[in-house]
Amino acid sequence: MATPSSNQYDVIVIGAGHNGLVCAATLARAGRSVLVVEAADQVGGMAVTREFAPGYRVSSGAHLLHQMPLALMRELNLSGHGLEFAATSLATTALGDEGTGLALACGGTPGAGWTARDAAAWPAWQGRLARFARLLHTLLAAPPPRLGTEAWTDKVALAKVGLRLRLLGRRDMREFLRIVGMNAYDLLEDEFESSLLKGALGLDAVLGTNFGPRAPGTVLTLLYRLAAESAAGPMPLALPRGGLGALSLALARAATAAGAAIRTASPVERILVADDRATGVVLASGETIGAGRVVSSADVKTTFLKLLGPEHLDTGFVRRVDHVRTSGLAAKLHLALDRLPGFRGTAPAALGGRLVVSPSLDYLERAFNPSKYGEWPSSPALEITLPTVSDPSLAPAGHHVLSAIVQYAPYAPKAGWAAEKRPFLEAILARLEAYAPGLRNSIVASELSTPEDLEREFRVPGGHWHHGDLAFDQFYMVRPVPGASQYATPLQGLYLCGASCHPGGGVMGLAGLNAARRMLDAGDTP
Amino acid sequence: MSTEHSVPHFLKPLLETPFHARARALSQHDSYVPWAGYTTVDVFTSAEQEYFAIRNASTLYDITPMVKYRVAGPDAERYLNHLVTRDVRKLRVGRVSYVVWCNDDGHIIDDGTLFRLGPNDFRVCTAERQLDWLLDSAIGFDVVVEEVTEDIAALSMQGPTSCYILKRFGLEGIETLKPFELRDFTVRGGTIMVSRTGFTGDLGYELWMHPEHALTTWDELMSAGQTRGLRAIGSQALNMARIEAGFLMPNVDFVSAEHTVRIGRDRTPLELGLGWLVEFDKPHYTGRRALLAQQRRGLSRLLVGIDVEGNKPAHNALLYRDRDGNHEVGSVMSALWSPTCKRNLALAIIDAPHHAMGSTVWADIYLNRELVWERRMVAARVVERPFFAPDRRRLTPPADR
Repeated sequence: MATPSSNQYDVIVIGAGHNGLVCAATLARAGRSVLVVEAADQVGGMAVTREFAPGYRVSSGAHLLHQMPLALMRELNLSGHGLEFAATSLATTALGDEGTGLALACGGTPGAGWTARDAAAWPAWQGRLARFARLLHTLLAAPPPRLGTEAWTDKVALAKVGLRLRLLGRRDMREFLRIVGMNAYDLLEDEFESSLLKGALGLDAVLGTNFGPRAPGTVLTLLYRLAAESAAGPMPLALPRGGLGALSLALARAATAAGAAIRTASPVERILVADDRATGVVLASGETIGAGRVVSSADVKTTFLKLLGPEHLDTGFVRRVDHVRTSGLAAKLHLALDRLPGFRGTAPAALGGRLVVSPSLDYLERAFNPSKYGEWPSSPALEITLPTVSDPSLAPAGHHVLSAIVQYAPYAPKAGWAAEKRPFLEAILARLEAYAPGLRNSIVASELSTPEDLEREFRVPGGHWHHGDLAFDQFYMVRPVPGASQYATPLQGLYLCGASCHPGGGVMGLAGLNAARRMLDAGDTP
Repeated sequence: MSTEHSVPHFLKPLLETPFHARARALSQHDSYVPWAGYTTVDVFTSAEQEYFAIRNASTLYDITPMVKYRVAGPDAERYLNHLVTRDVRKLRVGRVSYVVWCNDDGHIIDDGTLFRLGPNDFRVCTAERQLDWLLDSAIGFDVVVEEVTEDIAALSMQGPTSCYILKRFGLEGIETLKPFELRDFTVRGGTIMVSRTGFTGDLGYELWMHPEHALTTWDELMSAGQTRGLRAIGSQALNMARIEAGFLMPNVDFVSAEHTVRIGRDRTPLELGLGWLVEFDKPHYTGRRALLAQQRRGLSRLLVGIDVEGNKPAHNALLYRDRDGNHEVGSVMSALWSPTCKRNLALAIIDAPHHAMGSTVWADIYLNRELVWERRMVAARVVERPFFAPDRRRLTPPADR
């Protein structure tokens, strides 16, 4: 490891989220002197565990791990750095209105509640989507090619994309091109008959997006989710012991073991520029730290408009950055419970898995509709986990924690969240009560994080967990914006490594890994 | 005028400037052209007569349609310095600067004049509307950008007798106004801002006033200029003068990078021979990195002045390396038989290395002689610009005549 002088490093990483930590660990392992500066008091970004009520802890951002490549976790020896799993291969249960349920085992194998027709249709569907997901997942682990350049690397990468598509074979390629721009609603209607199944798969397509299932492009977001899971390898839905924060702690240990230094509670005030090159950062404390290169895991708007400042950039680029859609539509609900709730029609064993409230595609679309007008739905769609079923350490003995992603919560409701939060929480709890009678009586404490709260807690404009919508116009070679799609930015020495970049958010780590590799490829000379 | 308000705007899409009533009365040809949404006079009587008034007497040209923006606020200087290629920090209050601004690729979007009215108060005048670009450029700057085109009526007074006429009109001390300087004058109770600027390469001034003073100002200027040959001119005469002065016309000599569709039609200021406007020893501005890279690479083409053999203007001519016309090296943007220089002049974009000073290229000129087309291949030499630059354009005080 190179020894840094007191306040000069090869690389400064802004932000100790999982992408920043993966990037830092990878660079440090390659022998660079690395300093990670994090604004919050703890590492992890949106993969953190924190106490939300005395004695109750929860993954306050992401609450499931299903997209980080197993190979990456092995490469960084995360198990050696303390990462353990409380549960893996979680099954999904789609909750029905009449106390019915439909079980999808890990990997989607049909279980209880399936119709004969859907069970028969499932293997072909799953096989086809798995092949498409494999096609996409090869794209996730490399920088996207740029269009319209003369660089042979871009041309070769583009040709490879075309070749991979062609290698799907005629039938699959046609099918892929037929569905990739479609909406999830129509595709699922074509394939299946059970409302519960379609609703649950529909939620997978839109979770964390700004779309209802009828929006064009939601097949892409479904494939994207499957691709990330495919890239992750045999590592489906999992709960790290101690919550997602345990993953971040292991990543931080991996980075420090490789020689990186991490400083929390050190918000960056701005990125230093000299001779048209990034030369370090100034912390809010006024301290100046120099570096050969600066890589930011903060979102694209914070990085360019706040930390760097438009005066160091060209107007066309600033305009593109300013236009990135960053408003989130997902809220997070945390409940402290004095006993394990019972969900109607659901076996107790299923409570350790993932429970889904999206009983039909129409229900999901109706939950989306109000958000278009700055309103929240009276019947929201939910992805629920009860992490304490497999990890009792998160709550006092016998008590439990419920963590749910709530769709769709507008970033800026008409009357403002100060006035709307209470009634929205009531609506969510009423909805939960219908599935889990008696749940309300067991609530010790509750917390609802609206996109506005998520924005504040995680310093992400709009509170979007992908640092910006995943949609065709913000995807792959145009993510985050043309001119920064390969982790390098228009300013020499400044790189991006966060979820704003390809392949986006979700606790995946590939943006951080791709960026680190890119920086290592670029060499150390300015 | 009486029908102006009764006719719906969509039936009468062109606006009239505050001077329109006078212009219409003087127009003998009913020859108008649209300019930035206004109807303006192309020719009053004869383009040649009007041109000679620019060079030998004085002229009034209505420049109200020039698009005007007010830029103000604590970050105004920093904002403009990030917008344009020149160093705005050097522009003192009371001075005007000719500026260009570019997109990220260093391709020119527009040119214009930048007036510094106060430490944090500027005016930008452009040929075309630019508000979207100006506002997007303002992201992150504490600055107000607003269009004030309709709030300001403007006249360009150009010609060797213009200073004398303005003195007669009542602008006390106008003779001390230096080129690219601006000053407020009080005349007959009203305030009028005058800048020693123009588009003719001659002695001249531009007058900026409240629209309600427009007609009286016109009338009084006309009467003050009666003995000095003052006349109104249209855009044709102005175009002749500006080619002699070597000034570029948007959409004639270059197309704004915001409007081009085809690849390779954009131009950088370096390619347009405006390298003297491009400064690198200043903080970052849009296009700087691209322009620096181009400067290091060297120019593959350049806009230059050429002197064409014969007296037939080389309108739209393609340029060749040799007389045989087999190897194309460029084309003519603007062309003119210069009545004052008595030379056949043109502005042309020519590939390297043929744009070097003194090089000879061949112009393929087509002549329509009573509906029969004839073709001439004539030699053209790269020469110095501006073609016409009389000392009086800079002389302060100007001659009192």
